[in-house]
Amino acid sequence: MSMLDTQIKDTAASVRTKIQRKSKPTLAFPLRSLSNVTYHPKQGFFQLKGKKKVRTLTVGTVKTFAQTLRMMSQAKTLVEDDEIMTKREAYYVSKNWEDARFDEQPESDTVIDDIEALFQVNREQLGFIPEEKGGEVAGKLIVIDRDSETKKKLLIDCTKFGSGAYSIPISVEHLKFETKAKFVLAIETAGMFQRLVKHNYWRKANCILVSMGGVPTRACRRFIRRLSDELKLPVYAFVDCDPYGMFNIYRTLKVGSGNAAHINRYFCVPKATFLGVTPQDIIDYKLPTHPLKDVDIKRAKDALKNDPFVQHYKPWQDSIKQLLEMGVRAEQQAFAVHDLNYVIENYLPEKLKATKKFLP
Amino acid sequence: MSEVRCVAKLSNPIPAYDEGAESMGKARKKLVKPALSKAEVSKAKAAKKVKKKQTKKTATKKRKPKPKKTAGKAAEEAPKPVLSKAEGKDTPKHATAEEMASKQREISVAEFFTKNRHLLGFDNPRKALLTTIKEGVDNSLDACEEAGILPEVKVIITPAKEDDRFRVTIEDNGPGILKKQIPKIFAKLLYGSKFHRLKMSRGQQGIGISAAGMYGQLTTGKPVSITSRTSRNKPAHYYELEIDTKRNEPRILTDETVDWPVERGTKVDIELEAKYQKGRQSVEEYLEQTAIANPHVLLQFITPDGEIKKYKRASKELPVQTKEIKPHPYGVELGVLIKMLHDTKARTLQSFLHSEFSRVSNSVARSICEKAKLYERARPTRIARQEADNLFKAINQTKIMNPRTDCLSPIGEELILAGLKKQIEADFYTSVTRPPAVYRGNPFQIEAGLAYGGSLPAEGLARLLRYANRVPLLYQQSACAMTKSVLNTAWRNYALSQSAGALPSGPLIIVIHMASVWVPFTSESKEAVAHYPEIIKEVRLALQECGRRLSVFIRRRRKAAESQRKKDYIQQYIPHIAIALREILELSERQETTLVKQLTDVLERSRS
Repeated sequence: MSMLDTQIKDTAASVRTKIQRKSKPTLAFPLRSLSNVTYHPKQGFFQLKGKKKVRTLTVGTVKTFAQTLRMMSQAKTLVEDDEIMTKREAYYVSKNWEDARFDEQPESDTVIDDIEALFQVNREQLGFIPEEKGGEVAGKLIVIDRDSETKKKLLIDCTKFGSGAYSIPISVEHLKFETKAKFVLAIETAGMFQRLVKHNYWRKANCILVSMGGVPTRACRRFIRRLSDELKLPVYAFVDCDPYGMFNIYRTLKVGSGNAAHINRYFCVPKATFLGVTPQDIIDYKLPTHPLKDVDIKRAKDALKNDPFVQHYKPWQDSIKQLLEMGVRAEQQAFAVHDLNYVIENYLPEKLKATKKFLP
Repeated sequence: MSEVRCVAKLSNPIPAYDEGAESMGKARKKLVKPALSKAEVSKAKAAKKVKKKQTKKTATKKRKPKPKKTAGKAAEEAPKPVLSKAEGKDTPKHATAEEMASKQREISVAEFFTKNRHLLGFDNPRKALLTTIKEGVDNSLDACEEAGILPEVKVIITPAKEDDRFRVTIEDNGPGILKKQIPKIFAKLLYGSKFHRLKMSRGQQGIGISAAGMYGQLTTGKPVSITSRTSRNKPAHYYELEIDTKRNEPRILTDETVDWPVERGTKVDIELEAKYQKGRQSVEEYLEQTAIANPHVLLQFITPDGEIKKYKRASKELPVQTKEIKPHPYGVELGVLIKMLHDTKARTLQSFLHSEFSRVSNSVARSICEKAKLYERARPTRIARQEADNLFKAINQTKIMNPRTDCLSPIGEELILAGLKKQIEADFYTSVTRPPAVYRGNPFQIEAGLAYGGSLPAEGLARLLRYANRVPLLYQQSACAMTKSVLNTAWRNYALSQSAGALPSGPLIIVIHMASVWVPFTSESKEAVAHYPEIIKEVRLALQECGRRLSVFIRRRRKAAESQRKKDYIQQYIPHIAIALREILELSERQETTLVKQLTDVLERSRS
């Protein structure tokens, strides 16, 4: 904590020194985009290449500069007081800043992300927390938490939520786990998750089910990562067969995102593999399809061209090319065409017999 | 003007005349040539000659062109009645040549303009009032300037007993008019000193003021009153005059000597049917514009409501007196050439060319004769029609120097600025006087001025003020060559906005002045300048120069505004940087203030 405090102070002091020396102060942020990350399977996540965006204080940048510094001051207070603030709250606090206030929340979010990247920490460490939910968990897992008042141990058995599920908290660092499960199944949609929970698939397959609800949040990624690291469980992703499921959801889960590359080391699951749905599955299981939309095609081509992760894996390039050639996409729920529980009784068991064939 | 008169005579059948202005205009164009081909044309112009003599000449002339079959309607029309007569009696309505002859008679200029008063600018009561004042003021200013007197002109409009009548008084401090000249000047159309010379002046034809008087007489039955005095030692003469429209001769109603407190000058009173209105194309606008282009004039205007408006003098400099010039050979038309050959006192063709024209040296004259295959010692009066034609062609094939330009008296860049500044409150003024140029052998000079910003309305189109020989042109803006030039100038290059085919928009006044010994108006009411390419080009060049200067000003101002905006922007956010640094580094308020100052310095420096 105090280290972060010092970091903020040092940065502010360097700005002040520049001003006193009558030169324009600067702040250097790592560039947050896919073009500034590299992928090495050894490390297993997107790493910053070191390109920096230097924001010099000029007439054009004076407003953002002022806002960034004021937000840094806010972060320092949060760190010192061990307080938290949602991104939305941070936006409202800025309304006190008169001319320097934010008009819309995306503006303040960007500034928070900038500060996060500047200090190479995650925003939760700075005291800024997201509004978003962390994802849901069901199956053979016991989560060990603490009561925030009594500090007593709380054992949470994820098999005992019935038709409901355990909700991943925003911060997962303090949690401990116990399990006898064989693997973790990370599922894209809440609908598929519900079906698997309803039929207690976790018992049948001896696994932990996690609902990601679209692109996994940081907390969700971190939670799965800890399961993967500490319990040595394999992680399989089960998402739609379209470029969004493959790259926005699965790739972010596995190696992190370009935008948050400065924190990817904590927020990714390098050992995750891709169960499905693969383009080949569409053919093998005769799934009903929809034509690829323009954005899908653009996203797929973009991945082939710019995504260091895809560029590293030949099988992924082949899959994308296959998908583009077929010109269609298929959803997880498409198995319902055969039978509502076809996915439980046929698809998943068949796929799990050959986990080595999963896409990397 | 007088051309029209000849036409009226040539196309004698009265129906043609009755067709009205438009067909008259057309007929005139077609008939100018045959009319000119007879040397008498310009004699008719010379209204100096005694009337009877003139009548005789035109009578003889009438017969000549017909047998000769000089092309044109006049000649064609003659056989028609004859044919119809021969064809049969079943068309009894057709008139015989004899019957027609009985109806054919001379039309006086005065009669002609009584019917066609719109040609002179008396279309409606409102315009009539303006035209009357304009003619009076123009005459006063011309007279004063020619006599070297700084003009002081007073214009008074008083309501008459009848609702739709006004009494217009124009009084000047000019040289006055000799007693014997007064009747002719004020009550005879086409009488004056300005038509026969090539000299830059406001009036050109000697028709304006007498036409105004005639209009007054026509609409109210009241005579024109004139008071004039030429010096302190001489008495002031008072005249009441009417125009005998049939004979185009003055009729004197009153002729007496009066006591007049004025030492020297002329006063004209005309009562006329008129309408007094403010705003666009009003008397006030005319006087204001006159004040802009004539900063040496002191104008006083008393409105019908008794309000006194003064247009002060911004300069005590009289315009440079212009020289009269001889015609340039390029500007002479064949008919005029024939007439000149006929009238000249020169003994030989060579000396005729040398002495009657400007820029024709003896050697140039010789080379013209050579090209025309004419003997240079030939007697000019003996040059036949065909030979004159050759001479005319030879002139146009010979390279002759451009006419002298000391006959022009531009307002001058400084005085245009002075005039604009005097009457218009703006942020930026500029003016350009182009070097003299030539169209059809007539020297002319274009000047332009701009006033921008200040009290001028920011919305809407720019206002265009056109002048010809310092006289404002208020009507027929869209028909004028000057307007065309303004529209064709790419004002967007000069930081102004302009939609296609329109005047530029913004708080702008554009002044254009054409000075020339002969301004080519599109009509006798002198409202628009004809579209000579040379004139359009000169106007464009003047406007472009003004435009460049204006754009420098506008861009500089925009830059200053932008820089102020940036400064304000910086001032807005610098305190926040200091606040944040104070919070993080736990600085004192004094340290914070110092930071604001230092930061402002840093940014201000980087900005410039």
